[in-house]
Amino acid sequence: MSEFFQWLAGVPPLIQVPVVLLAFAILIGAILGFVEVATNGGRAFTVVRFLAAVVVPVAILLVLGLYNSVMWVAALAAVLGAVLFFVDRRSRSGAGSLLQLSGFLAPAMLLLAIGLIYPTIRTAISAFMANDGSGFVGLGNFRWVFTSPDGLTALLNTLIWVLVAPVVSTIIGLAYAVFIDKSRGEKYFKLLVFMPMAISFVGASIIFKFFYDVRQGDQIGVLNAIITAFGAKPVDWLGLEPWNTLFLVVILIWTQAGFAMVILSAAIKGVPAEQLEAAALDGASPWQRFANVTLPGIRSTVIVVLTTISIASLKVFDIVSSMTGGRSDTTVLAYEMVRQFQLGARTGYSSALAVILFILVLPIIIYNVRQHKKQGVMR
Amino acid sequence: MSTVGESSRRLMAATERTSGKLRKATTSRGATIAAFIIAAVWTIPTFGLFVSSFRQADDIKTSGWWTALSNPSFTLDNYAQAFASGDSLPLSKAFLNSLVITIPAAVVPILIASLAAYAFAWINFKGRNTLFVLVFALQIVPIQMALVPLLQLFSDGVKIGGLYILPGLGVNGLDGAYAKVWIAHTIFALPLAIFMLHNFISEIPDEVIEAARVDGAGHGKIFSKIVLPLTMPAIASFGIFQFLWVWNDLLVATVFTSGGELPITKALQDLSGTYGQSWELLTAGAFISMIIPLAVFFALQRFFVRGLLAGATKG
Amino acid sequence: MKKAQRRLKLAPVISMAAIGMLLAGCSGGADPNDPNASGGAAAQVGQADGVVDIYGPVTGLEAELLEKSWAKWSEENGIKIRYTGDKNFESQIGIKVQGGDTPDLAVFPQPGLLQATVAQGKVQQLPEAVQSQLQNNWSEDWQNYGKVDGVQYGVPLMASVKGYIWYSPKQFEQWGVSVPQTWDEMTALGAEISKKTDEPAWCAGFASGEASGWPGTDWIEDAVLRQSGPEAYDKWVAGELEFTSPEIASAFDSVGKILLDPEQVNAGYGDVKSINATAFGDVGTAVAKGTCPLTHQASFLEGYVLDSKNADGEKATVAPDGDVWAFVAPPVKADDPVSIVGGGEFVAAFSNDEETAKVQEYLASADWANSRVSLGGVISANSGLDPANASSDLLRSAVELLQDPNTTFRFDGSDLMPKSVGSDSFWKGLVDWIDGKPTKEVLENIQSGYDS
Repeated sequence: MSEFFQWLAGVPPLIQVPVVLLAFAILIGAILGFVEVATNGGRAFTVVRFLAAVVVPVAILLVLGLYNSVMWVAALAAVLGAVLFFVDRRSRSGAGSLLQLSGFLAPAMLLLAIGLIYPTIRTAISAFMANDGSGFVGLGNFRWVFTSPDGLTALLNTLIWVLVAPVVSTIIGLAYAVFIDKSRGEKYFKLLVFMPMAISFVGASIIFKFFYDVRQGDQIGVLNAIITAFGAKPVDWLGLEPWNTLFLVVILIWTQAGFAMVILSAAIKGVPAEQLEAAALDGASPWQRFANVTLPGIRSTVIVVLTTISIASLKVFDIVSSMTGGRSDTTVLAYEMVRQFQLGARTGYSSALAVILFILVLPIIIYNVRQHKKQGVMR
Repeated sequence: MSTVGESSRRLMAATERTSGKLRKATTSRGATIAAFIIAAVWTIPTFGLFVSSFRQADDIKTSGWWTALSNPSFTLDNYAQAFASGDSLPLSKAFLNSLVITIPAAVVPILIASLAAYAFAWINFKGRNTLFVLVFALQIVPIQMALVPLLQLFSDGVKIGGLYILPGLGVNGLDGAYAKVWIAHTIFALPLAIFMLHNFISEIPDEVIEAARVDGAGHGKIFSKIVLPLTMPAIASFGIFQFLWVWNDLLVATVFTSGGELPITKALQDLSGTYGQSWELLTAGAFISMIIPLAVFFALQRFFVRGLLAGATKG
Repeated sequence: MKKAQRRLKLAPVISMAAIGMLLAGCSGGADPNDPNASGGAAAQVGQADGVVDIYGPVTGLEAELLEKSWAKWSEENGIKIRYTGDKNFESQIGIKVQGGDTPDLAVFPQPGLLQATVAQGKVQQLPEAVQSQLQNNWSEDWQNYGKVDGVQYGVPLMASVKGYIWYSPKQFEQWGVSVPQTWDEMTALGAEISKKTDEPAWCAGFASGEASGWPGTDWIEDAVLRQSGPEAYDKWVAGELEFTSPEIASAFDSVGKILLDPEQVNAGYGDVKSINATAFGDVGTAVAKGTCPLTHQASFLEGYVLDSKNADGEKATVAPDGDVWAFVAPPVKADDPVSIVGGGEFVAAFSNDEETAKVQEYLASADWANSRVSLGGVISANSGLDPANASSDLLRSAVELLQDPNTTFRFDGSDLMPKSVGSDSFWKGLVDWIDGKPTKEVLENIQSGYDS
């Protein structure tokens, strides 16, 4: 694989795109071809399965390119593959089903294991170690989070973010989607609210400088221009505790409402028309139609949107980093985590903050699982 | 289970009808006004940036952008300077890099995630729910925590007791190599992509899948011939978001690329200079980098109208 | 189905976690026998392939000038130099080093960061050839800033002189005031101007994203060096003199007489707290326009001023008789020696191939210093630098100041302190201080940065 990527690097950039997509398509095609025949009976397919279980891992390792350990690893892979093959043969759902499942899940799971699960385990371990990794400190790092002003502020602010941003963005996104539904120029209306998503944050930070900027004399910030026009003194919005966190939350709402709007708008179009008509014939007001027909119809999508924005709010980092740098008690968990790690080299503290983020997402997960169960999606 | 089928059938019926003008708009005058207000509030910040991008540096820094409306004095200097800057990473090169990074980093994770989402939705296996919850929970892993381990992996590989089970990619410092950033984006996108696509794929009516099974199709055929085409609109609309996230990403790109492969967000950031003194150039840069995302949005917008239907209705 | 589910429900989860565990236990890390990891000093790192990668914090226009400065040499010697500038260099370099993706050379904006990076074990000692070039061109002090535990790693590159007070000669004339000769006169001057104009005299901007607060550290360092002398300054920087000691507290008080006085700040921007909301670079515009009579900032502010317009809407000039000029913050007693605090960049190598060494040697040479300085905007402490090459009057005076043997020069203290203090609690402390936290509490908080 490294040879492939090294070779690819020599190809002109724009040619690299189709090449890598083609290679990927062939890979997926091979997987799908295999899973299609995996559960078939008969000697021939047993051989195919055996080859897949044993030869594929060995081949992958050879393709990956090895240095000093070809034979050992190949042998190991062969043994593991053989075990997989025999386990699969005795599988309750019939021979081949396990291999089939692997075909669907293995690519995602392998990538997740190396890219996310392994760092998570490492982080979880260092959350209980001293900052320089020298020894076990038990819950000491967590005690720091809950007793230091920075840690507590970050925790409280994160709670504000996650309570305000998802609900407000979803309500605005939903309201807008409903209001413009079937209107003339809907396409362009959508674009207006979607636009913030298309702006990279490097640009967005400048946009909000033109909002919150404070100075004497001529204002370049919209907010201060408005209040000074009424004779008030300019206000340092981002230094105005405790409201400054909310001014930052506004930025996230501004970007996320577009996400909510696009997804919810599509969901609204899926609500059966005859239901709405029936409700209208029964004399239901627009609001009643919305509350009794549309809203139940898009319930699961609303939950998905709320969940996604909640997680984005928990992880919010760049807004705080570029707007205030955490000053005037605007820090949040993710920002504090990075700050402790990069500036103070305090891996223990920063890992503890990360673990607290994991814990904060638990209620969201539990809620989602219960919703899924209720709706029978998880069969 | 039958409710799913029922609602899906209703949904399919509704789909056909929405194309006709059967549905009466629920909008009233109040709603129209509210929509206008939201649209205005959402557009003003961007509009301010847009106006500013045509103003002179000194004007931007000393007077509000709205003053330019009554007292117009516009220039293309910011755009000219933005394009002229960056010897090692010119804006045009960075623009190209962004395309090369973003297209595979949007397509690959979505396909891999749709495979996994299909398994979670339509293959019965032990521990399915637990595994799905685990994948869901991975959404919260802060990317910043995963950067160092992943970069180590790309550089040094994995080995057990002196034996490599995974060698490094060997592309560090190699000109024109995008492999690291593709793989990194793919990994970081998977949890959310699996979660969203599972929501779409799981709502395909049971009967459709059953019928295919009866006809002798295996999972491979069902996935490629039925599931993919049916959920394509939903996948495409999620694809737009994935595209945008990658396009606008700075962190992953700066860690996993170097020198000549850096994307437009990096070029934008550089525009303002070491001390951030030329931040007025960012106004122009931001609009240059918006072109592609907006084009993609327009190109794929029809999916938003037809799209996401499978994931839409649940009573 | 049910039974089976119970039996093996967790199987996939366990196997996935197992892969993770396996990786957690076994991946990464430098191994001396490892073919593609960079190990001990003996191992060859990097290759002489005609390309040398340099990674540094300098971006935008300054990066273009940097590339221009070595373009000719690079062509003559057939070594391609590929420079990547990164605004987030300070946080990224740690990730790149830990992740095993190191450039050939890196430009460190602070000795403290170099020190922390050396501790990660991937920085190469300075090769012999570069040593001699270094000793020829740099004072012992400057050489020492590139040393970690007595071993030379870094070579100084560019320099900046901090502690300039920027003012408008025209306005001074108009108000009938002159450049102060002592610190107290300077404080009094601010009060006088404020009285005359009925507006604050000083402006300051501490906002700088994650690094917010740093402009204040320069203020404090200037005060400490002038009030308590170089010995106390060195002890303070080394961590032997605590922030809570009377020397440091008095420096805060002196600076506070200006920055915390609502009569004197924040010219053109608002009240005292607005200092935290003002980007440090924006101050240059106000200085050029004349809305901010006095501000304290390093020599680089000149660049901002030159980019801005003066009160008449013309391009601002920096000269003793121009729109803007600057004097070095005065000593406590008029006959004290001139003391300045300054900063600088250091270039250190991660590779030990021949070409990397050649580039590093060139960067340490007087040739390069002259080449870069004549392109404008910066200076260097290289003793082979011809002051005449400096691009402006101000920079020329700064070079002369650096080369004058009677000048007491000290490196920016916050850059030398451990990151948890110099790049964290010190910055944060100043932001809190401006926000109104009592000095005593602020000093304790800053000092506590040493404890973690």
